[in-house]
Amino acid sequence: MPIKKLSFTAIAVGVMALSGAALAQEKTSIQAIEEYREMLQDGNPAELFEAKGEELWKKPRGPKNASLEKCDLGKGPGVVKGAFVELPRYFKDTGKVQDLESRLVTCMSTLQGIDPKEVVNGQWGRGERANTTALATWIGAQSKGMAFNLPQSNPQERTMYEVGKRLFFQRGGAHDFACASCHGEEGKRIRLQDLPLLTKAPGDGVGFAAWPAYRVSNGQMWSMQHRLNDCYRQQRFPEPDFASDVTVALGVYLGVNAKGNKSAVPTIKR
Amino acid sequence: MSKNKHILALAAAAALVAGCAGSGSTAGTPSSAELDALTQQIIKADFHDKGIVKVAEAFRDDETMRLCNAADVAGKPLDNATAKRIEELNMKTIQWPSDGKFLGDWKEGEKIAQSGRGLTWTDTAKTVNGGNCYNCHQIDKKEISFGTIGTSLYNYGKIRGVTDPNSPAAQEMVKYTWGKIWNSKAYNACSNMPRAGHMGILNEEQVRHLVALLLDPKSPVNQ
Repeated sequence: MPIKKLSFTAIAVGVMALSGAALAQEKTSIQAIEEYREMLQDGNPAELFEAKGEELWKKPRGPKNASLEKCDLGKGPGVVKGAFVELPRYFKDTGKVQDLESRLVTCMSTLQGIDPKEVVNGQWGRGERANTTALATWIGAQSKGMAFNLPQSNPQERTMYEVGKRLFFQRGGAHDFACASCHGEEGKRIRLQDLPLLTKAPGDGVGFAAWPAYRVSNGQMWSMQHRLNDCYRQQRFPEPDFASDVTVALGVYLGVNAKGNKSAVPTIKR
Repeated sequence: MSKNKHILALAAAAALVAGCAGSGSTAGTPSSAELDALTQQIIKADFHDKGIVKVAEAFRDDETMRLCNAADVAGKPLDNATAKRIEELNMKTIQWPSDGKFLGDWKEGEKIAQSGRGLTWTDTAKTVNGGNCYNCHQIDKKEISFGTIGTSLYNYGKIRGVTDPNSPAAQEMVKYTWGKIWNSKAYNACSNMPRAGHMGILNEEQVRHLVALLLDPKSPVNQ
């Protein structure tokens, strides 16, 4: 696997140096950043997390010494391909709308006997929460290139969409920020970072269709739960519980809006 | 948060979905008012205090926020009368400089405009808050890393004809600039811009420096 750690660093330093350049060079620097992102695509370290996720799916683990191969991600027990682009969705057995990560917590608990608290109360990048991220990366990758098509036939799915919409426009905190403050208009950016408009389908591999993603800036694999968590941090909001209804409802809103967009998961981000 | 509350919220959701007696609702979907209530229940159940950020403060009832959020959900801006009333409400909160001095040091203002620090759950009470200005605005032309959510502030004073911010002719613009930074909603009810002074993000001294960054003829903004 071609991970060029040294060249990552070299290019990253180069990109940072550009921020001091003259305005006349603005287009050039944005192009340079685009090229940098393209070069990164050659060797996405997310592959390592995919491999770990696949092993975690197939290997017997936990107090019940069972694999996750009978886990129902919405398309029947054990069906992985295509599951990612239809989540979050309603599950009869739990009576809840669940996203990929909350569904994984259910499967790890029922099939393997792993205490949900180990994920829900865990820390990013550690223990069972890190395992959940790896599993989400592998499962997401199995739907690469497929178009998002979340079901909205169940009333609870429609209710969660409406709740998610309200959460998206909920201003609050010291700065009055909502999700919509950054993601409510077309073609805007924060500093040099382009912001996708998330009230409609933002395009293939953009927004909801881009996470889980490998973050070059901190060398971490981020799931959608992690992405939403850090958005709320930057919004100056308090922290949402892991896999809570707040996060799932937002997932439904973003996922339904992304209908028809093709998943590029796992992607690589700055 | 309390698991009981959470279960209650879910039970309420299930009841809404199953029964759905609310007026104005279509089959299988709760009414808009029921969805508003459910959303607030879920928010109360699912967020927890972390570091310096407290749930009770982040979501405390604020009429400006409540009306603007509802307008966004409905996809309709506030009607003119309501917008005017909200702007007047916010205008009353503006604290004008205690010593009558509106302009500070533009060099300090530039540092505040550059900084995006403060008030997240990974900051501490000792973190000096920044203004986050460059995140959304072009300001000094030399800084190419600027956001575009807000308008460009390059040549802010020059374009508005401010050649001497201490002259009587400039007073209206000087006051507006201070007020806009202190509480943006006094001039645009549902502005995307934070209410930096009103919400305690920046203090009087910091606002003074930002006003100088925008209006001092020597500031790089006006070159």
